[in-house]
Amino acid sequence: MNVEAWPKAAADVLPLMGNEAIARGAWEAGVKVAAAYPGTPSTEILESLSQYPASDLYAEWSTNEKVALDVVIGAALSGVRAIACMKHVGLNVASDSLMSMSYIGAHAGLVLIVCDDPGIHSSQNEQDTRLFARFAGVPVLEPSDAQEAYEFTRLAFDLSEQFDTPVIVRSTTRLSHTRSVVRVGDRVAPPSKGFVNAPGKTVTIPANARRLHPKLIEREAKLAAWFETSPLTRWEKGDKTFGIVTGSTSYLYVKEIAPHASILKLGMAYPLPEGALRTFAASVDRLLVVEELEPALEAQIRALGLHAEGKAFFPRAGELSPELVRAGLAAAGLAEAPPAPVSIGIEPMARPPVLCAGCPHTGAFFALRGLEARVAGDIGCYTLAAVEPLRSIDTTICMGASIGNAVGMAAAGEKKPIVATIGDSTFLHSGIPPLINAVYNKANITVVILDNSITAMTGGQDHPGTGRGLRGDPAPKADYEAICRAVGVSWVRRVDPYDVGHMYQTLREAVVHKGVSVVISERPCVLDPVKIKGNPLAVSQERCVACQSCMNLGCPALIWSDALHEGRHKVAIDAAACIGCTLCAQVCPTDCIQPTVLA
Amino acid sequence: MSAAPNIETAPSTVAAARATNVMVVGVGGQGVLMISKALALIGQKQGLQVKQSEVHGMAKRGGVVFSHVRFGAEVWSPTICKGEADVLIALEWAEGLRWLEYLRPDTGVFIADTRRIVPPFACRSRRRGATMAYARETPAEVIDKVSEGYALDAAAIATGLGEPRAANTVLLGVLSASMGVPVAEWLAVLEMLVPPKSRAINHKAFEAGRAWAEAAHDDASLRFDAGITGDVTHADMAEVSVRLDINAAWCKGCDICVKLCPERCLALNDHQVAYLKAPQACTGCHVCEWLCPDFAIEVHTTHQVSMTVSE
Repeated sequence: MNVEAWPKAAADVLPLMGNEAIARGAWEAGVKVAAAYPGTPSTEILESLSQYPASDLYAEWSTNEKVALDVVIGAALSGVRAIACMKHVGLNVASDSLMSMSYIGAHAGLVLIVCDDPGIHSSQNEQDTRLFARFAGVPVLEPSDAQEAYEFTRLAFDLSEQFDTPVIVRSTTRLSHTRSVVRVGDRVAPPSKGFVNAPGKTVTIPANARRLHPKLIEREAKLAAWFETSPLTRWEKGDKTFGIVTGSTSYLYVKEIAPHASILKLGMAYPLPEGALRTFAASVDRLLVVEELEPALEAQIRALGLHAEGKAFFPRAGELSPELVRAGLAAAGLAEAPPAPVSIGIEPMARPPVLCAGCPHTGAFFALRGLEARVAGDIGCYTLAAVEPLRSIDTTICMGASIGNAVGMAAAGEKKPIVATIGDSTFLHSGIPPLINAVYNKANITVVILDNSITAMTGGQDHPGTGRGLRGDPAPKADYEAICRAVGVSWVRRVDPYDVGHMYQTLREAVVHKGVSVVISERPCVLDPVKIKGNPLAVSQERCVACQSCMNLGCPALIWSDALHEGRHKVAIDAAACIGCTLCAQVCPTDCIQPTVLA
Repeated sequence: MSAAPNIETAPSTVAAARATNVMVVGVGGQGVLMISKALALIGQKQGLQVKQSEVHGMAKRGGVVFSHVRFGAEVWSPTICKGEADVLIALEWAEGLRWLEYLRPDTGVFIADTRRIVPPFACRSRRRGATMAYARETPAEVIDKVSEGYALDAAAIATGLGEPRAANTVLLGVLSASMGVPVAEWLAVLEMLVPPKSRAINHKAFEAGRAWAEAAHDDASLRFDAGITGDVTHADMAEVSVRLDINAAWCKGCDICVKLCPERCLALNDHQVAYLKAPQACTGCHVCEWLCPDFAIEVHTTHQVSMTVSE
């Protein structure tokens, strides 16, 4: 909120968003190196860390999550505390490094913040990081609110050093984006431990790895023993007829709905404290587990031979809520059935997210739709072009998938022209190896790099193609055309997507080129880093014939006017929203859309 | 394995007063977060626990934005259950209607700006006689359905004061009348949120909103502007049939009509001659007729006057 007010004295009380609380915890723990790739809902963590003095810590936007984790691994092995932040699917990208680092350990404190997105507010899936932690043999802490997010992050660094392990702190959208009051402390930066100097440990050749794996298994047992009596395990005694094992924001929902229940609140989802669980289970008549997404706790508790009930009553998909906890307890016969919601008889209007007025992607995808190609899409704002009226994307799998998907489509004998669309930040994240692959394997595809000079979807973060670093400092700028030519693409064109005709013509030329062709669509995002607002256009109501060609752009500045032509609505432009990109004027057959201010 | 977890006896939530729940809703870019921040600060200044929860990500893209603000002696869940919002404040009319089920049916207060932000989605149908897919309910109808409702054109009040951008502060003034917190505290919070140079106008906007609410509280007939209606243009519903004549001899298959038909209902056949592939999608807009360089297309529209025959 008020950034200048942050680094204040100990025991200060600040209203912090979960992500800001995590950043505060890391800063107080003396973190020296921080790295991340933006991804909702994790983005604000590194942004908050970058608000602390550069003399306290080095922070960077990395090109992807694996690079971010590799950077912090390098730092931790060199003796300073380090943190990497990512969204849940970012951990998939970083997982190769995590799986090896779990064998190696940590040396100086090494913490990963992974933010899950239950309910899929802004992601492509809702995978549960707790299962990943179990897979990697890495402890995972689960804070429930901003205060705990702050405390657990601080603690994670100590745990990492004490048990020589990377530690994951798992947040969720609801925690990351909820603001509440946090009692904070002071920064205590431990001195550097110096380089680890233990090649038997840090070089994972088979001979070393074979020795390290049993150590990981021993570490798991030690962590579980520590967890038995740690402050992370809290037994709240209450009604003995049933006991609830829970953690994360699920704990808050349980407290809201069943304040008198016996609760075993777990601050760590892996490994679990067997003794505490057995004692708790023995103290209550029925044992329930309330957790969001996968039955991660439930499965481990059942494996102990305890009769735990959970997913029979609480959903495995989607975000949990107090309502769902109430309904689940009612289904278990432990609470009164919730009152039926009172319907007010008003059907809510659909308001799907749309590309902004003047978004450069609109021009690119409008032209692409005319091409009637098979289009492999990627992750970014432009995924919105998958729906009407632009409807020009056939697939979206995950970050960086488009170019590889296109190669496969071509290999499968698809008859339509094959196009991959990928944003600038995504291209740098994971689009370059597949482009090299396409060239090497002589694929007949067209790649459209949608260069809006920002990571737009997550709110406008810099990347290696923007010419600025995390703290706004000047940085070298990646040259997409040079990259394409360097890997062997001979046919590269740069086009302004605000020129629809040129864009369409270029795409037509690109798809008839044999081999890999690349079209770089260049126009900055209209929101970031600066909000662009030009003089708006207006529709001449006399000349508009209500053909609604312009409505095929899906521009939010275009709405129906009250005037009709042959029974159909003419179009009007919302002057406040219109930025004057002229795309609508270019597609208007009667030339009735004109600037309001003529030069 | 001996276990000694940290044991707490059940906390005394019994006597704790229930939290106050306020939902702030609107469309991306409207300032939902400013109002919820003001509420969170008000709660904090009362020495209460506060939780303010929102979902980022789609907010900038004209999507639905909502924020849950809860404060009280003890607040657990960051989200509000359906039917438990004490106040629902909407910065946009249709968004207010979307979340009505969250309002307490017996005591909930509904405050809505009558401002309409029409999404492109509402203007999708191309058929003759199609109406905008925007909420049809009038303020009069909606206020009849809630326990206590207020609908106002906050932008008009703010514009009257000379600053259209202060509309949210007007709404904050209206909201303050339902919250039982001294005016001085609201003004102090407002000062924290607005830049110094616009403090005076925001102060005036707040007072104007509060005055409007106080008048409306005493006189229910002032709670909405009766002049505001569903405001849907009812188009000529006459049946129209469209016939496309394409002269195959003149068509050279240039593809212009196919590419530029707004409904994308034309295609080229095996002989590279344009034909109407999807007749049901054709709206008879004439674009193909005008753009054909070879005058090969004629669009005929016939209004069919429906007749009522009495028995």
